[in-house]
Amino acid sequence: MTLLIWSVACLVVGVLLWLLGDLIWHGIGQLSWAFLTTAPQKAGRAGGIAPILVSTALIVGVCLATAIPLGVGTAVLLVEFSPQRGLFGRLVRLSLDVLAGVPSIVFGLFGNAFFSKTLGLGFSILAGGLTLACMVLPILIRSTQEGLRAVPDDYRRSAAALGLSRTAALWVLLLPAAMPGLAVGILLGLGRAIAETAALIFTSGYVDRMPDSLLDSGRALSVHIFDLAMNISGGEANAYASALLLAIGLMVINAIISGLAHWFRGSRIQVI
Amino acid sequence: MFPWLSEAIFIGVLRGLAVVSGVVALLILLFLLQEALPFLQQIGFARFFQDASWHPVSQEYNLLPMLWGTLFVTVGSVLLATPLGILSAVFCQYYAPPAIAQVYRRLIELLAGIPSVVYGFWGLVVLVPLIGQLHPPGPSLLAGILILSVMILPTVALVADASFSNVPPDYLRGAAALGLGRWATVRSVVMPAAKAGLLAGVMLETGRAIGETMAVLMVCGNVVQVPDSLFAPMRTLTANIALEVAYAVGDHRAALFVSGLVLMGLIVVLVAIAEVIQQGKIYD
Repeated sequence: MTLLIWSVACLVVGVLLWLLGDLIWHGIGQLSWAFLTTAPQKAGRAGGIAPILVSTALIVGVCLATAIPLGVGTAVLLVEFSPQRGLFGRLVRLSLDVLAGVPSIVFGLFGNAFFSKTLGLGFSILAGGLTLACMVLPILIRSTQEGLRAVPDDYRRSAAALGLSRTAALWVLLLPAAMPGLAVGILLGLGRAIAETAALIFTSGYVDRMPDSLLDSGRALSVHIFDLAMNISGGEANAYASALLLAIGLMVINAIISGLAHWFRGSRIQVI
Repeated sequence: MFPWLSEAIFIGVLRGLAVVSGVVALLILLFLLQEALPFLQQIGFARFFQDASWHPVSQEYNLLPMLWGTLFVTVGSVLLATPLGILSAVFCQYYAPPAIAQVYRRLIELLAGIPSVVYGFWGLVVLVPLIGQLHPPGPSLLAGILILSVMILPTVALVADASFSNVPPDYLRGAAALGLGRWATVRSVVMPAAKAGLLAGVMLETGRAIGETMAVLMVCGNVVQVPDSLFAPMRTLTANIALEVAYAVGDHRAALFVSGLVLMGLIVVLVAIAEVIQQGKIYD
């Protein structure tokens, strides 16, 4: 049995190394400053990915700019200003649980029907970003809630004893104390947004030009990889480089998250 | 000047934000229904299972091949990934020296963080040609099962790892006092104690497998047919939507929204099952 378990572990590590090794082996040669700063040519077979990076940044920017106020506000209300067993809080919580389980392709369908068609945004960066905002909302809320719950109740009592209003206590005390949870939530949302492909294909579209405004269609990095791999013969080299870049980006985000979570755990022990 | 007033306004704003967040799920359901219902009423639900095939251009809307496709790929990958994931969590908790376990956990987290389109791409350029050499054509049910297994394995492994670490250490000491070996302890003490967590992990990975789009879209070949062998190409519900929504209009579009609804239904059933299991844990 010991042998079997060790070989399972080796198998898993082997697959991971195979995948990463393959990406690095074929992708590292293509990655260069020029690749990052020039426009794609011949449908992406040659040239770089500059407009795609800009579109990705804009889509993710729209997503976070919408999701952060919504998510943090909701989490604060649920944890600080609504009774645990209240009907309102229960309904919102249930709705968020359902939202967390919706497959990304269904978010895409919804974004296409609501943002692109009903609100008339068409295939645009704005529509894509807003669709992603709906998707990362539950992640952001859950993580902010955990951050706030980890703040000891003594903080709240001390603030009340000092005569601070609940709003003031929130701004000067609770939110700063809950910052690690908030940061983890934002980074998790960021990672999910950058990795997402299916919800973007028919909300932000395929156009690989440099976007002029948020209402322009823009191609995200993940959609670029998909398109190069599936629809463009001879696009493999650049697809490898883009995939490597995307994987590296997500690894960096995840490394920061686990670092933060570690620090979070450490600091909480000191507080209590 | 009026602290109670500013506080009331502030809470009002928060309530507004929370309502928007809460309404999103409802909106999604509403828009799916709005696009799908008129068409459903017009042709009836049965057509989606009785038509000759999926051929929207000539008004044939049979979803069964895609439903079977989703079922096969999901069941296959869950059957493959669950034992591997659980054993790898066992490795982490009970077999590996602490230093190795730490590194191994990091690697699993790394695996969990790789985006699905990158998995799909790797499957397309590495796995599919390999399978093609073994048994043409290459893009196949097997490719889908393998790539999905790699994708969902970290989910089970991490959830199982967490629920193993929640097993009270007294259980382990008790088992050791009884002279049980390492594997016997894991099998007959740890596994039953962590049962609820393990089941939740399985539900979670099943949900991920059903909802996954890009990876299966890229490696399964996307032929509309019930696969008759592991090496036959096939198409899942999710891939069907991703492939056709961009150009679908009218009834075709509505039919795709119906398949979106079916997908939502599957997920809701899963969430409900997971909920029941979680409830059970409280009384355990």
